[in-house]
Amino acid sequence: MSETIQETDTKTTQNTTTTRRVSGSEAILEIFLKEGVETLFGYPGGAIMPLYDVLYHYNDPLKHILVRHEQCSVHAAQGYARVSGKTGVVLATSGPGATNLVTGLADAMIDSTPVVCITGQVFAPLLGTDAFQETDIINITSPVTKWSYQITDAEEIPAVLSKAFYIAASGRPGPVLIDITKNAQVQEFDFAYEKCEHIRSYRPKPVVRKEYVEQAAELINAAKKPMVIFGQGVILGNAEKEFKAFIEKGNLPAGSTVLGLSALDSDHPLFVGMLGMHGNYAPNVMTNECDVLIAVGMRFDDRVTGRLDKYAKQAKVVHLDIDPAEIDKNVKADVPVWGDCKETLPMLTKLIEEKKHTEWVAQFKELAKKEDEVCIKKELYPETDVLSMGEVVRILNEITGGDAVIVSDVGQHQMVACRYAKFTKSKSNVTSGGLGTMGFGLPAAIGAKLGAPEREVIAVVGDGGIQMTIQELGTIMQNNIGVKILILNNHYLGMVRQWQELFMQRRYSFTDIESPDFVKLASAYDITSARVEQRDQLKAALEAMVKHEGSYLLEVKVGRENNVFPMVPQGCSVSEIRLS
Amino acid sequence: MKQEYTITVYTEDRVGMVGRLANIFSRRKINIEYLNTAPSEVQGIHRFTIVIQETHEAVQKLVRQIEKQVDVLKAYFHTEEEVIWQEMGLFKVPSDSITEKVKVERLLHEYGARAIAIRKDYIVFEATGHREEIDRLVKFFEPFGLIEFVRGARVAIIKKSTGFHEKVKEFERKQPAENFEINSIPEDQSVFSL
Repeated sequence: MSETIQETDTKTTQNTTTTRRVSGSEAILEIFLKEGVETLFGYPGGAIMPLYDVLYHYNDPLKHILVRHEQCSVHAAQGYARVSGKTGVVLATSGPGATNLVTGLADAMIDSTPVVCITGQVFAPLLGTDAFQETDIINITSPVTKWSYQITDAEEIPAVLSKAFYIAASGRPGPVLIDITKNAQVQEFDFAYEKCEHIRSYRPKPVVRKEYVEQAAELINAAKKPMVIFGQGVILGNAEKEFKAFIEKGNLPAGSTVLGLSALDSDHPLFVGMLGMHGNYAPNVMTNECDVLIAVGMRFDDRVTGRLDKYAKQAKVVHLDIDPAEIDKNVKADVPVWGDCKETLPMLTKLIEEKKHTEWVAQFKELAKKEDEVCIKKELYPETDVLSMGEVVRILNEITGGDAVIVSDVGQHQMVACRYAKFTKSKSNVTSGGLGTMGFGLPAAIGAKLGAPEREVIAVVGDGGIQMTIQELGTIMQNNIGVKILILNNHYLGMVRQWQELFMQRRYSFTDIESPDFVKLASAYDITSARVEQRDQLKAALEAMVKHEGSYLLEVKVGRENNVFPMVPQGCSVSEIRLS
Repeated sequence: MKQEYTITVYTEDRVGMVGRLANIFSRRKINIEYLNTAPSEVQGIHRFTIVIQETHEAVQKLVRQIEKQVDVLKAYFHTEEEVIWQEMGLFKVPSDSITEKVKVERLLHEYGARAIAIRKDYIVFEATGHREEIDRLVKFFEPFGLIEFVRGARVAIIKKSTGFHEKVKEFERKQPAENFEINSIPEDQSVFSL
């Protein structure tokens, strides 16, 4: 592979790195190797062809996955990043290739996922001339990237790419887009590389202020009814252990956001369930009962808080976050604890007293029992003939033991998967939380399988969402990616239909969706597939899917008009959560 | 309650910076009243002065979003009382009408204006001051056939900006130390803490 690269042995000023004459494209790929990149998700095209030409020689160290649509390259990179903790890398061409990335970038931005996208661009002299496949991707993506830069000269490549990888993964992670004109890809220059470790205008981690940690500890120690709510920050900060030690010392009941799931074992005695619109009864109700609310690495999304002016008004709020802009954004913090929770949590744990809070924790269990009786039992062990999404997930838990990575799409099945899937390992729940991108599930599962090849990866998707990115079955076929695809088919755009039923007098406006024969379709892609409609065949069908070596598609026909409960209706307070 | 805020932003001198900052405002449907961007006293660092009408809470959130941008060094916001500011106006007026009917010396004296170009057919006056003073001059010149008027974006000096210049210079001299405190004083922004 490096036969094409001439070593010239020019010493740089620091006498540590040598330079050699390479093309911009070679430099990019060499940088990928130095940054530890192993997998690329991409799609070639005119303006990125010089890079793909060199990639031909790098096929061994760099595994390139050809997706079927650029949007899916970002989702795949997201899935990869979310399970592996590494940065996902995407290649796309200019114009439509680049604009197709936008949804993925927006998703990665709002869910803080580290992704570096390289887009080709027309030759620098053609910029602004409306050249073929020219689009102003830097400006188009500005609101949905953490950082972006257009390279027009190969000399810029090392410094800019090292910044890109540093920015994407550090602090609160996010997507970075680097647009590289075609001339810079072919231009030769003296290449040397140093990893970026510092940018003068960028402070990835705010300095922890001890007095705030002390104030937070005082509040927690004085609390009679403390409650913890946690988000993806715990996972992104690799602070699962620190988090567990924190809640265990103070016996603090802890509820999770959708993206925080799997940071704490689902069976942990202090785990009180999921927050928010379709979250569990106890953590929602108790948010408006607790006296101190400790938020860790979460951002008070409106789906979590419900009506803000009736959210935890009785409580003192302690907010731990790495992003200072999140403090006071939606909920005013009485004590803001800026910093990486990997640092702040142990500081806080040290200062808090061991407490039992026996009665307080028991109250959560009481409410959980009520939820179980009124709504969970019905969902997990339905007495009607039609299959429920919940029972599918329950049986899946029994088979996998909570070991699998669950990648969900968006809608009813997503809420059911997040509510009922058991997680025993961190980084096991991959879903589009903030943006709610239908079509996310299948490509993200592809990335997840590549990011964690040793793990079972199950894409739980709906009949609507899968049709948005169903072409990725081709990617699975071509690359033999062993993902399991579980379609929960209710022949509706279920979540929208549920709202129409509950709030729009059952006017089912364009939510009735027909699907192709998924089983036949899968077989056209050479993916083993099956369909199940009867309860007595469900367990065997799920077992067959999990046991199968390689990719597998299982379609389960579930009740058409089942609803997801509990639910906090829009505009209501979290304590107004409805059980049915 | 909405009031006038002056936002001061130090950024890297980079293509697209205006757009990135402007997005933060437009996304929240906040209109920018004045926007001045120019090189600071240090090469490679730009200083933006942005004036908006907003509530304290909104502007505080906004400034945190601005500061979150990778290429932003530091952002501050101040009320009108906390800054000393000036606007500049240029006025192009026909020479004959103005010299015939007005005592130009009095004009220059009373409004603190200067004549910066004198031609046979027109004179260009310059004045700096607060908005009302510039507006007053527009009104004054109108009856004499004001040909063209332009207002410069507002520039503002922060009353409590102790040590700003030194800090910017220091920034230039060396990369900032790792443990620079950020947002350490959320309300009192008198310390320049890049």
